[in-house]
Amino acid sequence: MTAARHRGRSILLTSGLAIALAAVMLPFYWLVVAATHSSGDIFDSPPPLLPGGHLADNLQTLQDTAQFGRVVLNSLLIAAVYTLCAGAVCALAGYGFAKFRFRGREALFGLLMLGLVIPAQVTLVPLFQMMAELRWLNTYQAVIMPNLALPFGIFLMRQSMAALPDELLDSGRMDGCGELRLFWKVVLPPMRPALAALAIFLFLYQWNDFVWPLIVLRDSASFTIPVALASLQGLDETDYGAILAGTAAAAIPMALVFLALQRQFVSGLLAGAVKE
Amino acid sequence: MTVTPTGRTAPAAPFPGAAPRRARRRRVAPYLFVLPALLLFSAFKIYPIGRSFVISLHQTVGGTERFVGADNYTRLLHDPLFWTALKNTAVILAVQVPVMLALATGLAVALNSGLLRGRTVFRLGFFLPMVTGLVAYGIMFSVLLNRDYGLVNWLLDLVGAGPVPWLTDPLWAKVSLGLALTWHYTGYNAVLLLARLQSVPAELYDAAAVDGAGAWASFRHVTLPGLRPALLLTTVLSTIGTLQIFDEPFVLTGGGPDNATLTIGVYLYQNAFKYFDFGYASAIAYALAVLIGILGVIQFRLLGEKT
Repeated sequence: MTAARHRGRSILLTSGLAIALAAVMLPFYWLVVAATHSSGDIFDSPPPLLPGGHLADNLQTLQDTAQFGRVVLNSLLIAAVYTLCAGAVCALAGYGFAKFRFRGREALFGLLMLGLVIPAQVTLVPLFQMMAELRWLNTYQAVIMPNLALPFGIFLMRQSMAALPDELLDSGRMDGCGELRLFWKVVLPPMRPALAALAIFLFLYQWNDFVWPLIVLRDSASFTIPVALASLQGLDETDYGAILAGTAAAAIPMALVFLALQRQFVSGLLAGAVKE
Repeated sequence: MTVTPTGRTAPAAPFPGAAPRRARRRRVAPYLFVLPALLLFSAFKIYPIGRSFVISLHQTVGGTERFVGADNYTRLLHDPLFWTALKNTAVILAVQVPVMLALATGLAVALNSGLLRGRTVFRLGFFLPMVTGLVAYGIMFSVLLNRDYGLVNWLLDLVGAGPVPWLTDPLWAKVSLGLALTWHYTGYNAVLLLARLQSVPAELYDAAAVDGAGAWASFRHVTLPGLRPALLLTTVLSTIGTLQIFDEPFVLTGGGPDNATLTIGVYLYQNAFKYFDFGYASAIAYALAVLIGILGVIQFRLLGEKT
């Protein structure tokens, strides 16, 4: 291939993909624009294409109609506690499955992985009844508890932990380190990139989760952001300026966090996803 | 034999008495590590799965529970709405999933190409929709696709194409749902495929070039076979995801218009949490689980065999 042809193809490919990317990013751009306009302006013709000055009004409306401050706090708290607890459960289990040989290991791991293919819907009704019997409806723990042993998280951790050299663990044991202290002092520090990837995944998963919170959170004061937004959309007179401001408030911080941490996230996720 | 974590026999300990205790502790240790996960999983996954089956054999409307055997399942077979939901789900599976995976494959190949400048920006950009929650993007699309005021129809009008009834016409509602799903998941699938693509040895491409293979031939004979395991993974994941699909139709169209986007997931939710017909909803859930199992096995047979 001549240099000129090579350059031509390169430009063609890059610009073609740039157009595709622009189309994919359009909804994000428009979300930012719409979040800063009043409901009436959004549906003007021609529609607004540049940001306006209504963001504060929209957020105020959200606060008045949906206690949005409380809702954001609920979401943050639930996602943070979930990330911490599920991260611990998955890391412990991942380590157990990756670095020990014990009777029933394959069977137990297989059982957990069954959770990857069993549709969540099968468990919705009995889980809901369980939460009602425990009197946990409208509580944080009702949202957090059922998904702590997340099969994907355990899978991811087992894959990453398998890469730890056995010599490292053995030398710790020779020094008389107990198993739990070994886990905390020797195993976890080098696992930080994988743990970061897991944490981002868990936080995003819980932050965006919809069906389960929708079912167990029945009182608007306990809503998470997706549940609150969906309930606003169901109203007869939907204030789209406010709803879209809320949508932007939910989506854009997450996108920024993801952008900041993406290297760890993608590589950590892939380490678990495509290894045979 | 004492089995240590690494599977070797334990070395003799310098102090008698200390060794058995430590060995015992080490034998118990793995179970303690996996115990929290197993307890939580049993309580919140395995038990509900069993319970769900028991519920599906009962009539549970109106707060009373009555054993009715397979009645809920027979009702399912004669319920036109269930068949509509099944058909809608099948249409998404047959149309949206192949289109999306073809796009993802093309995207992965493009992202892997040495000809592409600024690869990182593209990888990130195409992955970003995945970060957006289902409710958030459902709301975004429902406003963008509004028939009279939406940005998309306004843009179409600029190029002289008439307003499309995106969410109000049964056929277009399906198209909208497909567009939203494709927007959300294509980049994610492309990243999964890309990782696999990067492990295809460059020598294979060189050899193909030496044999005089053009771009298409080397794609068919090197790239596609190399991608097979990752394609299997993305196909199975997309199939499972599609069969369970709930959030998008729930937020975007509410299952309408005229049940055109009613999926099994939405129908299950309606029966359980709108009509509180738990028995029937559980029967739907089990039918869904069986479907997922059957399709999973078929896909593994068809796609997995040749690897």
